[in-house]
Amino acid sequence: MTFEQLIFYILAAIAVISSLMMISVNNPVKAALWLVLAFIATAGVWITAQAEFLGIVLILVYAGAVMVLFLFVVMMLDINLVKLKEGFIRYLPIGVLAALGIFALMYMVLGPNNFGMDVTGEPVRFDANHSNTTMIGLALYTVHVYAFILAAVLLLVGIVAAIALTIRRRPPHEVKYQNIDKQVKTQARDRFEMIKMQPVKEKPVENKKEEDE
Amino acid sequence: MNFVIPDFTPAVPEMVLLALASFILIADTFWSERYKYATYYATQASLVIVGLLILFSFTSETAVTFNESFVRDAFADVLKLFIILVSIGVFLFSKEYLQNHDFYKGEFFTLGLFAILGMFVMVSAYNFITLFVGLEIMSLAMYAMIAMQRDSAKATEAAMKYFVLGALATGLLLYGLSMIYGATGTLTIPEVKAVIEAGKANSTVLAFGVVFIVIGLGFKLGAVPFHMWVPDVYDGAPTAVTLFIAAAPKIAAFAIVYRLLVDGMPGLVVDWQQLLIIMAILSMVIGTVIALAQTNFKRLLAYSGIAHIGFLLLGFIAATPEGYSAAMFYVLVYAITSVAAFGMILALGRKGMEFDQIKDFAGLNKRNPWLAAMMLIIMFSMAGVPPFIGFYAKLVVLEEVIAAGFTWLAIIGVVTAIAGAFYYLRVIKVMYFDAPEQDTPLPASTRELSVGVSVYSLSLLVLGIMPAWLMAVAYNSLLM
Repeated sequence: MTFEQLIFYILAAIAVISSLMMISVNNPVKAALWLVLAFIATAGVWITAQAEFLGIVLILVYAGAVMVLFLFVVMMLDINLVKLKEGFIRYLPIGVLAALGIFALMYMVLGPNNFGMDVTGEPVRFDANHSNTTMIGLALYTVHVYAFILAAVLLLVGIVAAIALTIRRRPPHEVKYQNIDKQVKTQARDRFEMIKMQPVKEKPVENKKEEDE
Repeated sequence: MNFVIPDFTPAVPEMVLLALASFILIADTFWSERYKYATYYATQASLVIVGLLILFSFTSETAVTFNESFVRDAFADVLKLFIILVSIGVFLFSKEYLQNHDFYKGEFFTLGLFAILGMFVMVSAYNFITLFVGLEIMSLAMYAMIAMQRDSAKATEAAMKYFVLGALATGLLLYGLSMIYGATGTLTIPEVKAVIEAGKANSTVLAFGVVFIVIGLGFKLGAVPFHMWVPDVYDGAPTAVTLFIAAAPKIAAFAIVYRLLVDGMPGLVVDWQQLLIIMAILSMVIGTVIALAQTNFKRLLAYSGIAHIGFLLLGFIAATPEGYSAAMFYVLVYAITSVAAFGMILALGRKGMEFDQIKDFAGLNKRNPWLAAMMLIIMFSMAGVPPFIGFYAKLVVLEEVIAAGFTWLAIIGVVTAIAGAFYYLRVIKVMYFDAPEQDTPLPASTRELSVGVSVYSLSLLVLGIMPAWLMAVAYNSLLM
């Protein structure tokens, strides 16, 4: 076994174990943390496959941003763990059976018979100065430029949908809104007014009683 | 590496649509306070502009651009024009409903425009990635549109169901696509076809890929046994949104079925034909039988839509160019008919009175004879009674499936069509022979709606008397 293989098996084992933990632990916060570990191990596998850009992006975007957001959401929600786990034992056999069945099918189709090294050939090895980032960038902005722009549209639709579904403008009698046009047009005389009034004479200090204050 | 700037001209309609949709998205925030209907009119105007652009640059030649990820041919142009035609009707009918149900918002129209953009991308997809992204743009916009009536628990539930099942279906489709990619080593549809026909791909992986893809497509079309979401979503969604998701997306779904199965995998016809036969029989039988028991008109239309999808699949089962043309003719007719049918609910509905139960239609003839006559046309056309266009749609599909040697399938189709006529005729019986609950006249909620519904309904009759034109469009765009 080469050193590379050793690293691969260690990372793969971490990924598999943390994925299993992620679906079996009780606490959603812990589940999210296990998922982060699974992502990091997977990123390691990708980096050993010379896809360092994808590996780093996986850590930065998924482990760094998405999971942290997810943790925030989980911590803010009041999740009833007992209710969440209801029927877990009852459905476990069916779930395990389905999972094993799908795994068997997947192994048959995607296993070494069809995608083994002797079928696909050994992956190309690049030199040390090979840049994975350049390769991805070139493909993304030339060959797949149409799909790239469409992905941007998809994100835009996501933003519009999220805002349309969550923003609730409360009526003006409940909340005071800024009227920016009015604020910009305001001049000093609108805010500051001179009023003429009769002078008021204060009582001398020694005559003052407590209730006057 | 040589980079050639791709030819943008074939994609001009998509680009214009994207630009207009983005403009309306921003402009809406300024308009909505001063001019209530500005967004609505701008949306309709952009659809008309894009439609005219396609119409004037219509060619029967095939143009492929963006490194073989975009194709424009007569098939794509015809489907896009019909998507526009149907969507104009959808927005026209929705305006009043949104107003009455207090969720008239600019986002409804901008999300609608983005969904139409997604449909355009699907129709013109020549590459698995663009096909998938187009599908996602359309689906995401539709999930949001269903949930937009936020205070309605029913609409939120429908949106959740649609979202969860839709995400599952997308996952299955993506799994299938990645298997095909693994077996053929390419994402471009014509290259996939070439590799499969050269026999270089592993047949086990291909067969599994096809199964996953057909399941994913079945979900999107709403074919049995992947139909569970259809009635709940149609019923739960606000009727204006139901109208939107029942009409134009079916055309786009038809287009991706064609692109994937016929353009991409004609070499695997034996594999997908068997799957489609099972789905078609189940859809026709289950759709028809369950529709018999419905009392809610929207659910009735949902189940009848499932049966219609079964008929549509018959055209694919024939697996001949004529069969695909028949299926295309069928889907165009179905889209127009369902716009008219759901438009009728919107035209007769009021604030606090949804008009979505069959018993609401009781004695409609006494209350509004003109719209009752229009409803008669729609129901006859759906049932497939001559001289309405629905008859020819069923006729050509059955003809092609018999020509391909599946006479027994055609017999099942005819039997279910006759059984299906029962529930369409029941609506007509309720309208003409049952006593109404109130005798007060029931005009359409606006004049616009009455005219719009009449135009769509009468077109079913006119097309039925002269079906040659639409048939020629469907046949020429695929056979040329």
